[in-house]
Amino acid sequence: MTQLAATAKDFVEPPPSQKDTPLLRLWRTLFGSTLNSAITVMVILALVWLVPKIVNWAILDATWTGVAADCRKASGACWAFIAEKARVMVFGVYPGEELWRPTLMMLLFIGMVGVSMFKRLWRRELIWAWIALVPVLLLLMDGRILFLIPVLPVVPTNRWSGLPVTLLLSLFGLVLAFPLAILVALGRRSTMPVIRVLSVCYIELIRGVPLITVLFMASLIFPLFLPAGMTVDKLLRAQIAIILFAAAYLAEVVRAGLQGIPRGQYEAADSLGLTYWQSMRLIILPQALKMVIPPLVNTFIGFFKDTTLIIIVGLFDFLFSVRAPLADPNWLGFPTEAYVFAAAVYFCFCFIMSKYSQYLERELSPERRR
Amino acid sequence: MSQIDTQRDAATYAAAGAPPRVVKSSGAWWNDQHVRSLLYQALVLLGVIGVAAWFIGNAIDNLARAKIASGFGFLDREAGFGISESLIEYSPASTYGRALVVGLLNTIKVAVIGCILTTILGTFLGILRLTTNPLLAKVMSAYIEIIRNIPLLLQLFFWYAVLLQLPVPRQAIIPIEGIVLSNRGIMVPGLVLHDVHWFVAAAFLAGIVATVIYARHVRRRQEATGERTSIVLPALGFLFGLPLVVGFLVGAPFEPTVPELKGFNFSGGIVMSPEFAALLIGLTVYTAAFVAEIVRAGIQAVGKGQWEASSALGLRRGQMLRLVVLPQALRIIIPPMTSTYLSYTKNSSLAIAIGYPDLVSVSNTTMNQTGQAVEAIAIFMSIYLGLSLLISAFMNWYNNQIALKER
Repeated sequence: MTQLAATAKDFVEPPPSQKDTPLLRLWRTLFGSTLNSAITVMVILALVWLVPKIVNWAILDATWTGVAADCRKASGACWAFIAEKARVMVFGVYPGEELWRPTLMMLLFIGMVGVSMFKRLWRRELIWAWIALVPVLLLLMDGRILFLIPVLPVVPTNRWSGLPVTLLLSLFGLVLAFPLAILVALGRRSTMPVIRVLSVCYIELIRGVPLITVLFMASLIFPLFLPAGMTVDKLLRAQIAIILFAAAYLAEVVRAGLQGIPRGQYEAADSLGLTYWQSMRLIILPQALKMVIPPLVNTFIGFFKDTTLIIIVGLFDFLFSVRAPLADPNWLGFPTEAYVFAAAVYFCFCFIMSKYSQYLERELSPERRR
Repeated sequence: MSQIDTQRDAATYAAAGAPPRVVKSSGAWWNDQHVRSLLYQALVLLGVIGVAAWFIGNAIDNLARAKIASGFGFLDREAGFGISESLIEYSPASTYGRALVVGLLNTIKVAVIGCILTTILGTFLGILRLTTNPLLAKVMSAYIEIIRNIPLLLQLFFWYAVLLQLPVPRQAIIPIEGIVLSNRGIMVPGLVLHDVHWFVAAAFLAGIVATVIYARHVRRRQEATGERTSIVLPALGFLFGLPLVVGFLVGAPFEPTVPELKGFNFSGGIVMSPEFAALLIGLTVYTAAFVAEIVRAGIQAVGKGQWEASSALGLRRGQMLRLVVLPQALRIIIPPMTSTYLSYTKNSSLAIAIGYPDLVSVSNTTMNQTGQAVEAIAIFMSIYLGLSLLISAFMNWYNNQIALKER
C-alpha cells in the first residue's frame, strides 16, 4: 500500500521521552505553574498544621483505658469512654443478658447484605433467602415467631435500640418503599387522570415537607385516625412514615428511569400482545431500573442517614444510644469522642454503599466502560 | 371503538407522555379499555375516599372522647412560654399565633442567611474541586466524602457540642478583633438598628430593582446597536449609593456596635446564640458539600470547545468565563440548586433537636401545651409546602429566563 492517505500512525503522538518518569510527571502537576505551586505549598502548609494536631488528639495523646480522671489528665481523645460505654452505644437499652440476639441479628444482616452485593449471586434464590431471613431477624430481636409464638424471652419494641434499630428501619424502609415507589411512578405516568393526579399529589405533598413533619404525623396524629382501642406500635408507626416518605423520593428516581426508555420499547411490548403488567415487568422496568441504580443507591444512602431523625419523636436509634452515655455524671465532657465514633460507623456504611454504587454503575453498563 | 375515538386517544396519550396503547375491543363491554379504565379509576378513588373518611371519622370520635376542642381558636390564647430568640417582639404573654410567627421568622432567618452562605462556600469549594492539582483535589474529595456520608443530625449535635465547649465569656476566644467566640454564642460587630433603617432597607430593594431594569436596558441597547456598556458602576451606585443617600436624608444614625466584656458576659455586637450558630454552621457545611458537586458538574459540563471557541474570538479569560462559560454552566446548575435550597429549608427543621426555636420547635411546644396536634401539624406542614412551592416557582421562573432560547 502506498502512502497516499494518512495512516493512523501519523496521528499517534511520539512516545514520551525517557526523562518523563512518573515522578517527573507528578512534579509537573504539583509545581507546573506558579498558581499550581502556590496551591501545593498552601495545601502542604495546611496539612502540616492540621494533621499532627489530629494525630496527636486521636492517637498519640489519647487515653485508651482507664476512668474519666485519666482522660481529664491527658490532652487527647478519651477512647476509654467509648470502650467503657461501647455496649450501651451499640445496643442501647436492649436487655443486657440477651445481647447475643441483636449481635447475631446484625451479623446475619450484614452477612446477607454482603452476599447480595455480588452480582454473580443475583438469582431468584437470593430473593427467597431474604424472604426467609426476615422473620429470623425479627425472631431474634423480638423473641417471637412473627410476633405471635414466643420462642425466646420476649423483648418489646420499646427496648429495641441502637444500631440494630437503625439497620432494621433502613432495611424495611427501603425494601417496602421500593415496590410502592414503582407503583406510584407508574401511576404518575398513567393515562388514567384520577390515578395520575393522586400519584402527583402524593409525591409533591411528601416531597414538599420535611421528613420530621411526617414523623410527627405518624407519632402524634396517626393514633387519632385509628378507632378507639386499636393501637399501632410506635416503632412501626415511624417505620410506616419512613416507608411513605422514601417511596415518594424513590418514585421520582424510578420515573426518571421510565422516561429514559425509548417509546419503541413500549410499542414492541404492545405488539407482542403483552398486557400492561407483563410489558412493565418483562420489558420496561428491568431496563428502567438498571438505568437508575446509581441515583437509587444515593437515595438509599440518604435514607440510611435520615433514620437518625426518629430520635426527635422519642425513638432510640444508633445516634440516640451513642448520645445516651453523655449524660453519665462520671463521664461528663466527652461528646466529641462519642460523635466521632458515631460518625465513623455511619461513614463506613455510607461509604461502602457509595463505592458499591460506583462499582455497579461500571458493572451494569459495559458499553460505557473505559 | 370508533376510528375517531382511537385517534383522539392516541393524541391524549401522547400529550401525557406515555405511548398509545390501542387495544382492539373483542366485543364484550368488560374488555373495552375505556370502561376498564373508568372502572379502575372509580375503584381507586372510592378506596382513597373510603380510607380518608374512615380516618377522619375516627379522628372526630377520638377528639370528642378526649374532649379536645378542634379548630384554630387556640391561636388567640396566651402562649405562656418563652422563646429564646425572636426577630419580633415576643413575651410569654403573647398569643400562640404570634409564637408561631416568631418560629416561622426564625426558620426564614436561618434559611435565607444559610442559602447565601452555602452558595458562596459551595461555589468556592466547587471551583477548588476543578483544580488539576492532585494534592488539592484529594483533600477536597476527602472533605466532600466525609461530609456527605455522615448524617446531618449527627453533624448538628457535633457543632452544638463544640460551641458549648467553648470557654466562658471571660476567657473567650477572639480570633479577630471584634469577633468573640464563647459558650454564650458567637458575637460579631454590627450596627444598631432603628425603625428609620427600614427606609434604608427599602432603598436597597429599590436599588436591586433599578439595577435589573438598567441591566435590561443595556442589554436591549446592545442587541440593537452592538454597543456594550459596563453596568458595574451604575449597579454599585444603585445598590449602595442609593441606600447611603436615603440614609443620610432621613437622618438614619450610624452607630456601630462591637461586643465588649461587661461583668460576666459580653454586651453589644450582633449575637448569634450557640443554637443558631450550630444550626447555621452545620447546615451550611453539610449543604455546601452538595453545592460544590453541583457547581463542579455544571462547569465541567460546558464543553472544551466552548473555551476554545471563545478564545478564538479573542476574549480574555475573565470574559470567556463571564460571557460564554458561566451562562451555559448556570443553565445546568440552576435546577439542582433549586432542590438544594429546598432541602436546606426543610432540613432547618432539625433545629428542634438542638433547641433552636424554629417553626417546628415552637409548634411542638404549642401542641404539647394545647393538645391541638392536628391543627399545629397542619399549620407547619402547609407552611413548609407553601415555602417549597414558592422557592420552586421562583427558581422555575428564573430557570425559564436563562433557559436556552431555541428558535
